Amino acid sequence: MLSNAMACIVHCVYLYVPWNAASTTFRAIHRSSSFGSAMVPASCAALVAAALTAISLPAFADADDAGEWRMAARDYASTRFSPLDEINAGNVGKLSLAFSFSTGVQRGHEAAPIVSGNTMYIVTPFPNYLYALDLTRPGANVKWKFDPRPSASAQGVACCDVVNRGVVIDNGRIFMATLDGQAIAIDAGSGRELWRTKLGDITKGETITMAPLVVKGKVLYGNSGGELGVRGWLTALDAGTGAVSWRAYSTGPDDEVLIGARFKPHYASDRGKDLGVKTWPPEAWKIGGGNVWAWISYDPELDLVYYGTGNPGPWNPEQRPGANKWTSGVFARDPATGTAVWFYQWSPHDLHDYDGVNENVLVDLDTGGGSRKVLLHPDRNGYLYVLDRSTGEVISADPFVHVTTSSGVDLESGALRYNPAKAPRGGKVIHDICPASPGAKDWQPSAWSPRTRLLYIPHQNLCQDAGTYEVSYIAGTPYVGADVVMKAGPGGHRGELTAWDPVARRATWKITEHFPVWSGVLITAGDVLFYGTMEGRFKAVDAKTGKELWSFKTQSGVIGQPVSYRGADGKQYVAVLDGVGGWAGTVVSGDVDVRDGTAALGFANAMRDLPQFTGKGGTLYVFALP
Amino acid sequence: MRVCADPDNLPYSRTDGTGFENRIAAMIAADMQATLTYEWLPLRRGFVRKTMGEGKCDLFVGVPKDFERVLTTRPYYRSSYVFVSRPEDRVVSFDDPRLARLRIGVQLVGNDLAATPPGLALAARGITDNVRGFTVFGEGPAAQRMIRAVAAKELDVAIAWGPQAAYFSAQIEPSLVVAPAKAPSDLPGVPFVYAIAAGVRRGDQALRDDVDAIIDRRRAEIDAILGEYRVPRADREPGLPR
Repeated sequence: MLSNAMACIVHCVYLYVPWNAASTTFRAIHRSSSFGSAMVPASCAALVAAALTAISLPAFADADDAGEWRMAARDYASTRFSPLDEINAGNVGKLSLAFSFSTGVQRGHEAAPIVSGNTMYIVTPFPNYLYALDLTRPGANVKWKFDPRPSASAQGVACCDVVNRGVVIDNGRIFMATLDGQAIAIDAGSGRELWRTKLGDITKGETITMAPLVVKGKVLYGNSGGELGVRGWLTALDAGTGAVSWRAYSTGPDDEVLIGARFKPHYASDRGKDLGVKTWPPEAWKIGGGNVWAWISYDPELDLVYYGTGNPGPWNPEQRPGANKWTSGVFARDPATGTAVWFYQWSPHDLHDYDGVNENVLVDLDTGGGSRKVLLHPDRNGYLYVLDRSTGEVISADPFVHVTTSSGVDLESGALRYNPAKAPRGGKVIHDICPASPGAKDWQPSAWSPRTRLLYIPHQNLCQDAGTYEVSYIAGTPYVGADVVMKAGPGGHRGELTAWDPVARRATWKITEHFPVWSGVLITAGDVLFYGTMEGRFKAVDAKTGKELWSFKTQSGVIGQPVSYRGADGKQYVAVLDGVGGWAGTVVSGDVDVRDGTAALGFANAMRDLPQFTGKGGTLYVFALP
Repeated sequence: MRVCADPDNLPYSRTDGTGFENRIAAMIAADMQATLTYEWLPLRRGFVRKTMGEGKCDLFVGVPKDFERVLTTRPYYRSSYVFVSRPEDRVVSFDDPRLARLRIGVQLVGNDLAATPPGLALAARGITDNVRGFTVFGEGPAAQRMIRAVAAKELDVAIAWGPQAAYFSAQIEPSLVVAPAKAPSDLPGVPFVYAIAAGVRRGDQALRDDVDAIIDRRRAEIDAILGEYRVPRADREPGLPR
């Protein structure tokens, strides 16, 4: 299971040196250099950590201070790997609660706590309060609280609970989004608002739930709302002023998608003029979706940002013949201008609500024939893709769950091979559509360890039956919708955590969970992996074997993103928000009637028993060794 | 009597009380000697959950009879999807070959990638390129925007739900042709006619029985109100599908 190199790394980590003495120097050096600082160790401890991270992470993955967590995925490569190793498989069993904090909001909490300079910043679901907690004080009291006062009508528009996936800190400024589509910059020290820019129009169903990213002085935001006919975009704002620098749409003519001479997609199906118009019925691209509601990665060496686009909408698939470019795919763009460099479509002409927005984890991988700069992407359609991130070529695509809707990816053409028997058809009953609409995996982000060289994927194991019609009523218009009912996939459990080896192209181990694993994953240099369950267990497992080492019962279910940081006292801490919700958990957070199996777009059926396990919440938990 | 309704969705309801559901609500409240109050929320996804689900009201005046989220009363009218076209075009059937080239508008409910019955019927015949969807977002109800587009010759045909289509067509001069859309034979299981009832909380049989009795007793009054708003009646008018 473990390679020789792996065994060596595991051995090395036990040469553990406490961080506290070295941390200050280490931090300073990291700040003074752009990306390659890992090569300038300041102490024995730093040397060990730096050497370890340099092995398989691109150098820029370790861009920031080891003890901080400045963006949702921690680094531009989106690894969620913390170089801290004080907590390890041998001592994690003694982990205990250091402090907790109630956010005062009780909807789904999906955000990552952000830590910088001994302050923690947490953003809540709507009404999107932003708290700054002072980590130098026992119990971490509130330094300030910022209330952005978003429009209340946003709550009625958001599709699947009123979540927010986090903020980002850069150069002393916090950048956040509000549900009603505003981008706001706040002074990290004082909590004072610096600027705000209205990006979305809530009266058209446009919302923002994603965590922004700062790249080269620009803040990147994408919109949500595809199911309501909102046209997707990624927008770059000047970090200093909030002025819009560029906006790249996911549908429409090339000049609005920012496709020009530099656009060199790998596959022929993505070449041609104005495909964002021509692969749709006329005008349909104007309401075509392709929203950018989850993650952005950045490779400073190639100088490209990567992000996925949402599914096409809001039509029934039969009403939008064509590939529906540029939805359910991935763009690589130049962050300075937004210019598209390549695109690949995971699910052309999506039939099943398979958004393509899941995280793109940037790693260097030897798949035979030398190291390649790749992008790992576990898609809703059930495949773990390995793409060459310079070109968009698919190196491999393997199912990581049970898939019936397609039979693989043709590496010659790049095309997903759909199974016509599972295509939705007006009036037809179709059983065992796998994965179900939330996909093999939804927004919940994976983590990559440069030490184990495994991608840890939190996901669901759900299938659905579609067909018998139910009468619905929207805006005074009766219609019949497909009566979608989700259920557990093979094995009868609804969630899994898969440790995936992208070189061997198979799972090294899997953990099964009762409910979908809707939380993010944290992986640490201590080879301990953290995630939460919807019934309210925050768990630590052995990164090498998947063996559970520790767990803590939270008050509400966990769907947040765990992070790790070094406190003012030099100790390693692990933090996570509870507060069940999201699409999967809205049966609790939104009081959806579980007797109605088709509620929450059919998800309620698969989550009927969740209210027996957990209630609403919104609490930050921070853990440390005694 | 607490009623949950859309604040701006004529001909059904509006905060100024000018919709036919406002009128029927007032009639029911008066019959029960109750004071009528409203909780306003746009009738979109989550409407039931955020209104009756949160205990904010006792009654929806109009929902489809088969709407399973609430306990429905006996239906008090049936209506149909209709074609609306200019007199020179006069489109009345899905079998009309001109539908392959005319500019057609349909309502786009935008929920779960679902389509209205006319949208499904057109797609089943491969008619997609000349079809425009009108979402719930915009100035006024989608049906109003569609009918105005037909009048302005931006569209040739609108295929919309009867009560809305007939109400907004009546405001257009010279008048438009409103014809019931008979379900195409190649689309089994997709109804084009829906019975409309009032709805109460599931389990609230007592209120349901009271409203049922009022609907029975005041049928003539209800019919008169619906007539004022020109609601196409599949249960009364000859020529409308049943």
